Amino acid sequence: MIKIDNICKTFIVGTHVVKAVDHCSTHIKKGEVVVVIGPSGSGKSTLLRCINQLETIDSGQILIDDVDITHRKTNINKIRAEVGMVFQSFNLFPHKSVQENINLAQQKVRKRSKKEANEKTDYLLKKVGIEQKAHVFPSQLSGGQQQRVAIARALAMDPKIMLFDEPTSALDPEMVGEVLEVMLTLAKEGMTMAVVSHEMGFAREVADAVVMMDEGKIIEVGDPEHFFTNPDQERTKLFLSQIL
Amino acid sequence: MLSNLLKKGFWYLCLVAVLVFLGWGLTVMTDKIDYTWYWNRIPQYFFFTGEVEKFANENGTIHIQQLDDKFSQVSLEYDIGTKDTFKVRTDSLKFQDGDRVTDVDKVGALQVFSQGILIEGLITTLEISLYSSVLGIIFGLVAGLGRISKNPLIKGLATIYVELIRGTPLLVQIFIFYFFLGTVLQIDRFAAGTMALALFVGAYVAEIIRAGIQSIHPGQMEASRSLGMNYFQTMTYIILPQAFKRIMPPLAGQFISLIKDSSLVSVIAITDLTKAGREISTSTFATFEVLFTIAAMYLMLTLSLSMLVRYIERRFAVSD
Ligand SMILES: Nc1ncnc2c1ncn2[C@@H]1O[C@H](COP(=O)(O)OP(=O)(O)OP(=O)(O)O)[C@@H](O)[C@H]1O
Ligand SMILES: [Mg+2]
Repeated sequence: MIKIDNICKTFIVGTHVVKAVDHCSTHIKKGEVVVVIGPSGSGKSTLLRCINQLETIDSGQILIDDVDITHRKTNINKIRAEVGMVFQSFNLFPHKSVQENINLAQQKVRKRSKKEANEKTDYLLKKVGIEQKAHVFPSQLSGGQQQRVAIARALAMDPKIMLFDEPTSALDPEMVGEVLEVMLTLAKEGMTMAVVSHEMGFAREVADAVVMMDEGKIIEVGDPEHFFTNPDQERTKLFLSQIL
Repeated sequence: MLSNLLKKGFWYLCLVAVLVFLGWGLTVMTDKIDYTWYWNRIPQYFFFTGEVEKFANENGTIHIQQLDDKFSQVSLEYDIGTKDTFKVRTDSLKFQDGDRVTDVDKVGALQVFSQGILIEGLITTLEISLYSSVLGIIFGLVAGLGRISKNPLIKGLATIYVELIRGTPLLVQIFIFYFFLGTVLQIDRFAAGTMALALFVGAYVAEIIRAGIQSIHPGQMEASRSLGMNYFQTMTYIILPQAFKRIMPPLAGQFISLIKDSSLVSVIAITDLTKAGREISTSTFATFEVLFTIAAMYLMLTLSLSMLVRYIERRFAVSD
């Protein structure tokens, strides 16, 4: 489904060269959930952002359903519509109501009628458990509710894959559960997902694979059980001991 | 509570006292230079009533119909088949019903109420400010978006435009537009003045819009693009509507400045408010009265604009 082949992304800040993603390769099959872990600055966000071209890669290849998304003939807006993204800071549109947030791209990108968009939005709001909030503005919602709206907004495009970049790390602890629950449901319904998260409980329950990154490199891949029992790398052991 | 009110009242009284003192100072100063005020010479330059004479344009027959005790409706039926109808004062009529008239005969007269040169100047100032504002917004939007473009050509052009305009005096720009571009491109003085002002204000608007857009969290752009919306859609539905609220106050300030800056076009002989004032002061010698009058008129324009803006801002503030 998604094939990441030897990609690199370098940032140049002043005279400083940061290899944010350094020769990474991985493969996510349809219906799989991959959890990406690693210390701060290890390149997890950048890896995710490369998948929907928020960052352009320097070298390597990313294939989604055998389409090379970095090829200059590929319509990037079409790719992005197929790849849902959920951000750490929600990034809801503050000047639009919850319903408008979810409707907008359905109408402008998917070219659905207002009525079709409304129906889809109602369905999704019910699914994430905030159907009564359709007409309020994001600022009137709690963090957990905002993040659930953001998930619904991404789902409205009927994406082939959902990317989550630390979706719960900006939330108060009591709200983490409600967002994880939505994600669990999605995973169990068979959504293909790539999740940057240190919620190891979530990883244990639904992850098909865990990917450990350090200094831009993927240093270890395995199923969750492997990580909990006996990871190969010293770096991984140290990292897990810090977050568990 | 009461003492607070008294305290405030005291300071308001002080304010009035200071203003009275300043007014008194003004009269003392004009006494010193032996200036006599002729305020009564000013109103005629706002509105005046004048006599307009009506003539026959061909040979023909006149038909007169009394409208009321003062006015009559005149219709001239010319021999060539055409017709003229107009109203005149009955006591000014030179003919009677059914008379023959010949070409260029004076038929009668009518008092008309006309706008004076000050009103005309005011309208010109408003027109030139309005046209250059609209054009300036377009230039500013294009250049503002150009300034944040990643394409070096677009970014470079936008930057050169903004720096060139902001780094040179408006007066010089107006002269260049009128004497150089006006001659080369064969455009009239009004168009040249409007274009100069539009490009001038556009450069400042560009900076305001650029800053407004850059003040919007980059996450907004990313969220919108990640949904598959293109750059144009993202700007139209996400970024600009949010930036607009922040842009509004400085933009309004810019347009208020524009109304004042438009007075500079009087140097290329456009009869705007300032030029009208100068023309009147040479014919009435009431220089100070004229200057104070046009200053008050500019103030009226700028104050009403800033009140309008404040009203709009309050409406916007309520909406979220
Ligand atoms: N736009 C950018 N410009 C310059 N450097 C960047 C940019 N984005 C990321 N980096 C750098 O690339 C490296 C990887 O960043 P990234 O955000 O991918 O890490 P991360 O694993 O997501 O970290 P965190 O857990 O803190 O979110 C970091 O050193 C970061 O400073
Ligand atoms: Mg990150």
